[in-house]
Order: sequence, then C-alpha cells, then structure tokens
Amino acid sequence: MATTIKPGESYGFFTDTSICIGCKACEVACKEWNQLEGHDGKFLADSFDNTGQLDDQNWRHVKFIDNVPDQTVDAGNGKAWLMMSDVCKHCKHASCMDVCPTGAIIRTEFNTVFIQQDACNGCRNCIAACPYSVISINQKTGTAHKCTLCYDRLQGGLEPACSKACPTQSIQFGPLADLQKAADVRLAALHSQGVTQAELYGRDDKVYGGLNAFFLLMDKPEAYGLPNADNAGLPSRNNVGGYIGALVTAVLGVIAGIVAFRRRGTS
Amino acid sequence: MYLAAEHFVRAPGWTWYILGYFFFAGLSGGSYALATLLRLVGDARDEAAARIGFYVSFLTLLVCPVLLTADLGVWTRFWHMLVNVTPGDSSLNFTYGSPMSVGVWALFVFGLFTTVSALEAFVLDRRARSTSSDGPARPLGGVLGRGFNIAGGILALFFASYTGVLLSVSNQPIWSDTWMLGGLFLASGLSGSAALITLLTRYRADAVFSLGRLHEADGYFSILELVLLVAFFVTIAAAGTAGRTLPWLPLWVLALAGIGSSLVAARGHMRIRPSGGSAVIARAGTDTLVVSLLVLVGVLALRAAVIFSAQ
Ligand code: SF4
Ligand code: SF4
Repeated sequence: MATTIKPGESYGFFTDTSICIGCKACEVACKEWNQLEGHDGKFLADSFDNTGQLDDQNWRHVKFIDNVPDQTVDAGNGKAWLMMSDVCKHCKHASCMDVCPTGAIIRTEFNTVFIQQDACNGCRNCIAACPYSVISINQKTGTAHKCTLCYDRLQGGLEPACSKACPTQSIQFGPLADLQKAADVRLAALHSQGVTQAELYGRDDKVYGGLNAFFLLMDKPEAYGLPNADNAGLPSRNNVGGYIGALVTAVLGVIAGIVAFRRRGTS
Repeated sequence: MYLAAEHFVRAPGWTWYILGYFFFAGLSGGSYALATLLRLVGDARDEAAARIGFYVSFLTLLVCPVLLTADLGVWTRFWHMLVNVTPGDSSLNFTYGSPMSVGVWALFVFGLFTTVSALEAFVLDRRARSTSSDGPARPLGGVLGRGFNIAGGILALFFASYTGVLLSVSNQPIWSDTWMLGGLFLASGLSGSAALITLLTRYRADAVFSLGRLHEADGYFSILELVLLVAFFVTIAAAGTAGRTLPWLPLWVLALAGIGSSLVAARGHMRIRPSGGSAVIARAGTDTLVVSLLVLVGVLALRAAVIFSAQ
C-alpha cells in the first residue's frame, strides 16, 4: 500500500510482534540506507541476537526472547519464542526532548522525534532520560544518534527503509490514525482466536502520551524490556520533589549557619 | 514513585569529569553561602573567614566550566547550552524543566557574583595591608552590598544543590527513584565548604576566630546530611534499587566517615565553648587538618558513590 506522505500529519510504525520471524531485514535495510557501519561482529551467546541493543549504530534491533517454557501448548502447537523489532518509539511526551539543554531534539513536521546533529554537543542528558535505552553517542561525531524515522526519506515522500524491507509486514508504516485502526482490528482478531495474552503497547496514551512507534506484544511489556504503564514516568516528574528537597535543606542549612555564626557576646 | 521501579535505560557515562564538577560545584556554592552568612550574621571578626570563603568559591568555580566542557562529546559546542542554533529558531536556550539547562545559566550568573565578591575581598585585603585609607570603607558596602551577597548566596545554594536534582530528573535507577539528592548534595557541599574554610584558616591568622564556629556549623550540616542519607536509602530501598549501592560500599563508608568525623569535631568544639560563644582557638591544629581532609574525602566519596551506583 503506497502512502502519500504529507508534512503536518503524524506518522509512525505499528510493529506486530506476533508475525515477526526474526529475519533482521529491518536491521540491514536501516544500516544500508542510513550508512551505519555497525560494530565489529561479536558472538553474544544470546539466542540469534548478534546486535545486542539499540545504539548509535543499531537503530533497529530484533530482540529474541527464548526463555519460554519448553512444552506443547496443544496438539502440534508449541510455545513460540518472542521476537520484536525494537526502535525509537518517537514518544508523544519524549523524555529525551524533555531534558535536552541545547534544543537539539526537535519534533519534525511528521510528528517524529529527531536529533539535529549540528546542534547536539554530546552532553548525554538524553541518554540518561530515554526509558527505552535507544540513544547512544557516536564515537566519531561525539553526538547522540538514534532512529530518525528516516526523516530524509519521508521528506522525499518515501516510506522508511525498515518497514519497506519487512517481508511479513510485522513493521507497518503509515499515518498514525490508520495504524491505530489496523492495530485494533488485529488485536480483536487475535483475541477472538483465543490469543488473550496479546496486547497493544503505546497505542493509547498510558505510556508517554502514546507512542508513534507502537507495538502488538505477545506477553507483558516487561518481558520485552519495556516499562509498563506504572513505570513509564517522564524525567520531569522529579523536578518539583527534587527542588523541594533542596529548598528545605537550604532553609535548614541557613538556619544552622545562623545558629553557628550568630554574634553571642564574644565581640 | 514508590512502586518497585523497573529501569531499562542506558547509563549516560557521566564519570570522572562530572564527579569533579559535582565536587567543585558543591564547594563553590557552599563556600559562597557560608561566606555570606559569616559576613552578615557573624561577628566582625568573622570577616576574615568570610573572605576565605569568597576566594574558595571563586577558585573552585573556575574549574567547573572546564570540567563540564571537557565532558562534552563535542567540546567546541559548549555554547550550544546557552544558544539554540536550530535554523529558524535561533534564540537563547532556557528549558526550565531541564536542570542541566537551568544549571548552566546558574553557573554563568553565579560566576559573575562569585567573581565580584572575590574581587571585593581582594581589594579589602589589599587595603587592610596598605597604609593609605583612600576610597570608601567597602566597595560593596551598605544595603547594596548586603543585597548583592544575599542574592549571590541564594544562587550559591541553588548551584550547590541542582546537580543532585539533575541526576533525579532522568530515568536512571537510584537517581530517579529518590528526591533526596539535591538536598543531600547541598548538605554535603556546605559541610565540605565549612571543612575547607576551616582548613585554610591555618594560613590566615586573623580568621582563626571563626574556627570553632565553622566546626559547629559543619556539625549541623553533617546532621542534616546524615538524615538525608537515611531518607535517600529508605526511598531507593522502597523503589527496589538499593542493592545497586552494595558494590560501592567502600565509598559509602568513606562518606559516612566524613560525616562522623565532622560530628566528633563539632562536639569537641561545642564542649569547650566559653559562655555562649564558640571556642576561641589559637590556630587550626592537626585535629582540624585531619577532620577537614576526612570531610572533603567524604564529600567526594558521596558523589562518587551516587554517580557510580547507578551506572
Ligand atoms: S524512545 Fe527514547 S529516544 Fe525515542 S523519542 Fe522516546 S525518549 Fe526519545
Ligand atoms: S547529547 Fe545532544 S541530543 Fe542529547 S541531550 Fe545532549 S545536546 Fe541534546
């Protein structure tokens, strides 16, 4: 389905993990288009994963979660591994953007989250903030890197490289509203087939106001290394409490100083 | 916030430069605040110690931008903290929700205050040494001078504490699981500053008058620090992340040793205090030297423990 891409509209990914086959075509396509060199190959002894994590060189990462019970669910039906192509979530309330002191992180005309490479100075505040461990520093440039949702391709009217390459349509790209509708239909279908553990993550506003890159999961978010709604807090939640703690200490500190230094008949 | 917190974050890799920055920021802010208090509520004879405080504040502040800049991935872009270079959106950068952004401005403005106050102290010291008595008694005297010191003192308290808030305003384990870090860094910064000024009275005979008072103040700050440290551990234990502090136990012990030694020193000085005043001591002795060094090591260790426990 060719999508006409218009500035001013919200775009994103709907990643349906129930049909991911772990082929990593998305990882390859992303690296190819974005000219990411990748790291030196390493054997991670972690299932089929040799990428390890999202970082400055891996803007897509297929997670393999193979610690599922080794037993048959019903006749001819084993318990499947969980696979998920992870990516920057392009959060509506983005923790990274919340704390960036340089204004390098912006929301684009496609409502995606983008790090301007010529503005970033490598302070790493966004790394401390991103709850999904998405961003890391590129050692060559000294700046923070992550998925751009193929900003350059969108500007040229092309869909992102990863979703275009995905052979099973586990990664779907499109206007957010359309993706949300498609996700609702898919979830209802799975539930009607008795797959009750299926759930949508980031489809509604419970995590970070909603995610432009949202997921259909086959287990709890924690199983995929994603914070659940109770744990999805913006860094700025601690501003008021942190400053109040400092203020109370400051007042007590000043009182302590006055008590210790006050003139008391010794002059 | 007191749910068992789950964190799936990457550590920002803030290590030695940031540790150094946090240490010197605590001392710079703390020294200015103490110097202001000594000058405004203390005895006339506390002025010498106050001037030590202003010098310390200035000198420790000088290191801060150097360390911060060295820590950046692209150090030549340090000024991007202050100016937004986004095409079509160029303006000054001030993001009130980001303690890093607010803190950079605080560093900048507080730097002006501490420079002026150190200069004033220098002029006053020179004048005291020279025989001529030209010019006004105090370049920054009267209500204006007091107002200047108070404004600088408030900024100083902010500067000594915001680094803790900066850590909390993240999604990192431990840091984001507590609201105590701002207060904790401030209390320890004040304690370390009192210890450092005390130590430096060895080199300035006319400041020895304030020695007992500084020990006493250090004792109060240490009590505050101890209470906050307990609250810190309670909050991170409730969040389920306290276990991460264990590998850094020696650092926590050093921090506690600093607190303990300043409490012991304060108790000693308050005992020998003559009727209502702090003890008037001839000079800072070896005990002061040892205690001050232990406190300063404790200030550094506390920050190192907090920084490394999360990463
Ligand atoms: S997933 Fe992380 S990097 Fe991506 S928008 Fe959200 S906070 Fe920013
Ligand atoms: S590293 Fe760059 S993008 Fe990240 S917070 Fe700092 S300036 Fe902003």
